[in-house]
Amino acid sequence: MSNIHKAFENGKAFIPFITCGDPDLETTKNCVLEMVRAGADLIELGIPFSDPTAEGPVIQEANERALKGGVTTDKVFDLVKELRSKTDIPMVFMTYANVVFSYGQDKFLSACKEMGIDGIILPDLPYEEKEEFLPDCHKYGVDLISLIAPTSENRIAMIAKEAEGFLYIVSSLGVTGTRSEITTDLDSIIRVVRENTDIPCAIGFGISTPEQAAKMAAISDGAIVGSAIIKLIAQGKDGAPERVFEYVQSMKNAL
Amino acid sequence: MTNPKGRFGIHGGQYMPETLMNAVIELEEAYNRFKDDADFKRELNELFNDYAGRPSRLYYAKKMTEDLGGAKIYLKREDLNHTGAHKINNVLGQALLAKKMGKTRLIAETGAGQHGVATATAAALMGMECVVFMGEEDTKRQALNVYRMRLLGAEVIPVKTGTATLKDAVSEATREWTKRISDTHYCLGSVMGPHPFPTIVRDFQAVISSEIKSQLMEKEGRLPDAVLACVGGGSNAIGSFYHFIEDKNVRLIGCEAAGRGVDTPETAATIATGREGIFHGMKSYFCQDEFGQIAPVYSISAGLDYPGIGPEHAYLHDIGRAEYVPVTDEEAVRAFEYLAKTEGIIPAIESAHAVAYARQIAPSMGKDKIIVITLSGRGDKDCAAIARYRGEDLSE
Repeated sequence: MSNIHKAFENGKAFIPFITCGDPDLETTKNCVLEMVRAGADLIELGIPFSDPTAEGPVIQEANERALKGGVTTDKVFDLVKELRSKTDIPMVFMTYANVVFSYGQDKFLSACKEMGIDGIILPDLPYEEKEEFLPDCHKYGVDLISLIAPTSENRIAMIAKEAEGFLYIVSSLGVTGTRSEITTDLDSIIRVVRENTDIPCAIGFGISTPEQAAKMAAISDGAIVGSAIIKLIAQGKDGAPERVFEYVQSMKNAL
Repeated sequence: MTNPKGRFGIHGGQYMPETLMNAVIELEEAYNRFKDDADFKRELNELFNDYAGRPSRLYYAKKMTEDLGGAKIYLKREDLNHTGAHKINNVLGQALLAKKMGKTRLIAETGAGQHGVATATAAALMGMECVVFMGEEDTKRQALNVYRMRLLGAEVIPVKTGTATLKDAVSEATREWTKRISDTHYCLGSVMGPHPFPTIVRDFQAVISSEIKSQLMEKEGRLPDAVLACVGGGSNAIGSFYHFIEDKNVRLIGCEAAGRGVDTPETAATIATGREGIFHGMKSYFCQDEFGQIAPVYSISAGLDYPGIGPEHAYLHDIGRAEYVPVTDEEAVRAFEYLAKTEGIIPAIESAHAVAYARQIAPSMGKDKIIVITLSGRGDKDCAAIARYRGEDLSE
């Protein structure tokens, strides 16, 4: 069992996302440490990918900036090792299947175990294909986080039954990015999830304000926020860690 | 627990966001319901024959044969189809299927614009809404096709992300599909993407090899010795190969776009330079760097300018059933000019890659041998770009 459960032991969890190396790894490191200080419960570290098909424009651009800056998987691993010397907060990688596949599943996941990564999220890996990575995840004690979408319907129970770490509930149709309102009937999705698993579930996609986060956390176990944080960093790396601290604190306080 | 469906050897699969999984499952179920349905087959056949102009001709290229002095050369004239390329075969099939599924809107990616034009055409014909995603770079290279799509009533959205070419158009169309699924069918243009697309597209394109087989039997009383087609994602190639796969004596040759050469970074030759990966819904070969970042590939041909190849081709390569060869921009442009002057046929620059390789192998083959080259499309759309390549600026 990974340490992910600890993220859900301190009330509702606030889970910030950051693209590693946007605009450079030093900024990422400082922002992550500020997230921890501000009360984040779990950090989602994005390893940039050239063609992030599940992302909206904000995170797409962050991926582009990071890759232009020369970030590689190995450099992200170095960053994690440095972070691990300063914090024991649960951390998961969010990237695309090809990044892990190309590195070699065994090599990638053994590195995760060694550096203390608790789980991985691969948005282009559905239930049907998870065997591609699951054996190595289990071998190294890294949770493979499953996603449930507004369109999952008859698939929710099947996915929830085998879920590990936490369940990532996608709030809305479409790609990542802030939204003015979330209209999906999340209550009924979460009802089916609860009937099938004791694993915590957190809601992501489209959340940016403390009010939205509070609303989402009220019906689940936590809220995941990405694009809103990337926007704060994109304002310029000077002062980015401070902006991120303030934002994360306001979000965590709202839960 | 792994779903073995949609695998070609180790390739293929369904590496899609959860949001789209029920959509691809619904598509597979609908396809299985309709593919052998007598009414569906009759309707599609009528569209093929009366609307698209099938069967397409198998033309004996006498002058080219005599000029090269070796194997007898036949051209499978997919360029004579309505809208000017093989793309219409797949699109009519998918649009009809989407209509049966109750969808009212088609979205598509396009590279050279031929698949976009075909989709816009089918949407106009069937009274459906149509949105086409096209790399901004390609909207410049293929401005005429952008105009054609708009004329046909489609909305064309230039994609500015990444390399602003075909792969980015696929990514953007996929993102659009996750936003709007219930009324929308993603009319994918090649034998790629998640299962069931590689199978559906292949089945609709297989009419090409089925016709080649019977037409050649009628003209020559036998099978060809080699079938050549250009390969990007690989839909005209798989269509040309499919009914010959079991005929082991027929060489199947896919011609990839080498761009400025396979030893340069400016290439799109996936089999020659790529390695195994997972992208755009499938496991296959992809041009990528050591960390799995997809390479910014290049070819003069917008339709072949894609960093991957369909999973069935990857499999045919693995088992040695088909050969995949790289052809450079320069060789393709020469073949484009050659076919125009020799046979009075201007091929699409994509198809010219296959013509170029035929020019290489035909002379050393005996006069009793037969080569079939699929001309996947016509070259009107490419004239301005080829003129530019030759240093001439065409403007009206």
